[in-house]
Amino acid sequence: MTAITDKPRLSRAHSLELLKQMIRIRRFEDKCAELYTQEKIRGFLHLYDGEEAVAVGVIPVLEPRDRIVATYREHGHALVRGVPMTTALAEMYGKQEGCSRGRGGSMHLFDRSTNFYGGNAIVGGGLPLSVGLALADRMRGENTVTACFFGEGAVAEGEFHESLNLAALWGLPVLFVCENNLYAMGTALAISESETDIQRKAACYRIASEAVDGMDVVAVEAAARRAVHAVRESGKPYFLECRTYRLRPHSMFDAQLYRDKAEVDAWRHKEPIVRFKGWLEANHMIHPDDLARMEAEVEAEVAEAVAFAERGTWEPVEQLTRFTYSDQAA
Amino acid sequence: MPSLGADMEAGTLVEWLVKPGDRVKRGDIVAVVETQKGAIEIEIFDTGQIEQILVDLNSKVPVGTPLARIRTDLETAAGAATPTPVTPPPAGAIAAAPRASPPAPAPTAPTPTAAPLPQGPIVPAAGRRVPVSPAARRLAELRRVDPSAITGSGPGGAIVRADIERSLGVTTPVPAERKRTIGLDLDAMRTAIAAAMARSKREIPHYYLQHQVDVTPCEQWIARANEARPPDSRLLMGALAVRAVALAARNFTAFNGFYREGSYEPAAAVHVGVAVAIRGGGLAAPALHDADRISLDEVMARMRDLVQRTRAGRIRSSEMSDPTITVSSLGERGVEALYGIIYPPQVSLVGFGKIVARPWLVDGAIGPRSVLTITLAADHRVSDGHAGALFLADIGKRLQEPENL
Amino acid sequence: MTAPSKTVELSYRDAMREAIRDAMRRDTTVFLMGEDVGRYGGCYAVSKGLLAEFGPERIRDTPLSESGFTGAGIGAAMAGMRPIVELMTVNFSLLALDQILNTAATVRHMSGNQFSAPLVIRMATGAGRQLAAQHSHSLEGWYAHIPGIKVLAPGTLEDARGMLWTALQDPDPVLIFENVMLYNMTGKLAADAGAVDIDKAAVRRAGRDVSLITYGGSLWKTLDAATALAAENIDAEVIDLRSLRPLDDATIMRSVAKTRRAVIIDEGWRSGSLSAEICTRIMEQAFWELDAPVGRVCSEEVPIPYSRHLEMAAIPQVPRIIAAAKAALGRA
Repeated sequence: MTAITDKPRLSRAHSLELLKQMIRIRRFEDKCAELYTQEKIRGFLHLYDGEEAVAVGVIPVLEPRDRIVATYREHGHALVRGVPMTTALAEMYGKQEGCSRGRGGSMHLFDRSTNFYGGNAIVGGGLPLSVGLALADRMRGENTVTACFFGEGAVAEGEFHESLNLAALWGLPVLFVCENNLYAMGTALAISESETDIQRKAACYRIASEAVDGMDVVAVEAAARRAVHAVRESGKPYFLECRTYRLRPHSMFDAQLYRDKAEVDAWRHKEPIVRFKGWLEANHMIHPDDLARMEAEVEAEVAEAVAFAERGTWEPVEQLTRFTYSDQAA
Repeated sequence: MPSLGADMEAGTLVEWLVKPGDRVKRGDIVAVVETQKGAIEIEIFDTGQIEQILVDLNSKVPVGTPLARIRTDLETAAGAATPTPVTPPPAGAIAAAPRASPPAPAPTAPTPTAAPLPQGPIVPAAGRRVPVSPAARRLAELRRVDPSAITGSGPGGAIVRADIERSLGVTTPVPAERKRTIGLDLDAMRTAIAAAMARSKREIPHYYLQHQVDVTPCEQWIARANEARPPDSRLLMGALAVRAVALAARNFTAFNGFYREGSYEPAAAVHVGVAVAIRGGGLAAPALHDADRISLDEVMARMRDLVQRTRAGRIRSSEMSDPTITVSSLGERGVEALYGIIYPPQVSLVGFGKIVARPWLVDGAIGPRSVLTITLAADHRVSDGHAGALFLADIGKRLQEPENL
Repeated sequence: MTAPSKTVELSYRDAMREAIRDAMRRDTTVFLMGEDVGRYGGCYAVSKGLLAEFGPERIRDTPLSESGFTGAGIGAAMAGMRPIVELMTVNFSLLALDQILNTAATVRHMSGNQFSAPLVIRMATGAGRQLAAQHSHSLEGWYAHIPGIKVLAPGTLEDARGMLWTALQDPDPVLIFENVMLYNMTGKLAADAGAVDIDKAAVRRAGRDVSLITYGGSLWKTLDAATALAAENIDAEVIDLRSLRPLDDATIMRSVAKTRRAVIIDEGWRSGSLSAEICTRIMEQAFWELDAPVGRVCSEEVPIPYSRHLEMAAIPQVPRIIAAAKAALGRA
């Protein structure tokens, strides 16, 4: 870790941008919850409340040519990466104006133009994929980083171990970002892993790793900068464990029988938006007008996305079998 | 009532955390709902004042049902009087109706995938032979009908079974129902019976003998034996008949075996074919194996089982091919004497008529007795009347000693 | 058609190797990845010598991580490479089933046509070498069930040599199944043999009396059966499916319309097999052409046993094919 990348660049403009991105995700997720109760969004809905600092801290550090693989809890990642809120919400409505043509829904947001490789509903399923993307770049001698986001639940899957081993063995430019929110659906980390210090597992594969406070967007960004730099310079993988917490249930239909309210409330007091806002206020870097302006902008953007999704149209049923195979086929 | 999951259809309100007059803001928890997964807190997405609770506690309501009325701040500010429900119903639906299907254009068949498949069956072009279904072909052969002269009503002008039937002037009286209840193809069965009986009369020189037996002691013995038994294990005369024939057949080998290809082979075992009438006009005589070696109770139990399975269409093929001699009884509804037709390759059939009250000479005095007429139909290539008479008499004697059956 | 070209004598294995070599020379985005493909030369010696020619980046030995390296192949394909992933056998492919089904087969549809995975996955399949229950499966019929992928079964030298290039050019994932009993098969191949189509069945022997429909390892047994049947005056037509998904319905139905009888020979287990699918399609599309029920010769519904006589009894053999053909003609 060099001195250059140690220092966070916390200009006022950048700080407000970080805060706004987190608020943007939070309000979007909130609106999704509302729409889900009204049956506009169907299927499964997994919300990112409390974990915003991870996506907001890591993704802006990446270049446009870098690649991102995420999980079914990927709305925040998609938004920060630049997938328009309009097409993301339309996708969740199932409209053909959605980023995946309405075919995927909440768990399968894909966007080629921003190198956003989904949106994966199989826990651990994205890790081999990210290894492959990085392999292609390495074979072509390209200086591209593939960031792979996954939860600590994926660590139990065989594919996690196979992927870390392959990335280390072949020296692939993968940034493994483990969002450790302490629960794999309803199973607490302590009862599913013999070794709960996740980043130590990377050491078994000789991958450089560190753990960071995932509730602190500044710390996450600093760590991400170090990590991305290391991957790009060395061409070797890096493992970043972000210790965070999921404020909402696993998905909408979850009675949270596996954790008690006191624990959730305790984390709510140190969640990233509250924390960063508090720090900015204490350091006089933010003015109430700034906040009001941000909220108003976000609110307008969300309203526009809702209007866009509502206006959206349904893909004609005749097109059902299209895009199973390439259209080139006779 | 909000939708909280893809498979949630209704929820039970178990707790209200607000009451009319309370102020709420977006994100507040206002109620608790019990679902199949457990109790879930419900948040409100509006800011304003609760006006009226619409749903009582512990009531289970479908997703989409308004739970409470709230006067939002916007309305208050605008001075509007119309209240807004807490959970607005899904667009286009009132109560728990599943979400309105998308207004898609009239559905048409999806476009074929990459490799184009021929649509539908290959229908022959004009000038080629007209297709005939396998079912139609079978019937046409049986009734000697030329399908080419018939117009078909099947797909693409194919000739189907109903077309053959129509040409024969036969209207099939909803055969499908009969077949459904029994699980047998009665038409096929009748055809098979017709063929077998015709062959039997054609090939087997039948002779017939008749014998009358006083079965009063038998009846009395059965009544006594049945006194202590529950209904489903009571003995019937039919079981005694089968047992008597089986024991007699052991000693009279000319009546228990098979005549095939010009020679007779007595069977080593005695498997009595029990004739069973099937509702709807069918008839079968499956084997009751080793009737000479099992107890009377066992014979009764197996007969019950055979009858039930035969009527349900669940006979095993070994049961159809194994009988070495057949017993047929018309029971109480029948006539006094039954002259049967032998089932080839068997060589005899013993018939039991109805038990009738008759005046009879017992110990020099005339009194009413229960009399049963037993008949023998036998193959004259294998036995003659003398042997047949002895056989029948033996059966009659055994029925006089029911305790030995 | 033209003057006879030169032919070479080679094995199925050699033909497959040539196909790989040819593809790698013509297209630098092609590379081979799998267990023991490099230093070992390939479990079935298909890739022998290729490491020396192309180097370890393009002939890439992998650890025993079927899910990991198949997923990696899919990812590399999504990023513009044309990988050939070699799963040693279909038996081990089950460990990679999630990646094949949930990523490769679905990504195009699920992403609304933004991404696709144009890779080729090759696997050995089939029984016959006394390798017992866990090493003798024929699961290509299972894979043929999945929309979004293509499934091939080269049964001849021409197809072993020619299908790979076409498959690599295909924008969708393609699975190639090589029956283990075919690797040693030798024959003559045109010296300039090249790419062939991957979506048509082929009539390997024309006939009038019954259509024998088969693929892969069962092809040669079926041809032997046809020869034996000819000696008894039964003229069998042999169809080599070549592509199991998509199935070439047109060729199948044209044959059945001609012969009016069909027997399908499929090394999968009978119940729910590819033969069941073909039977149903014949029933749907050529019902009125049939003079007899469609017959099937499949593997017995047992795990494949080790001892030779039992293994031989478990999988389709020439006598059963002959018997099934005769049964279709009503001749016991």
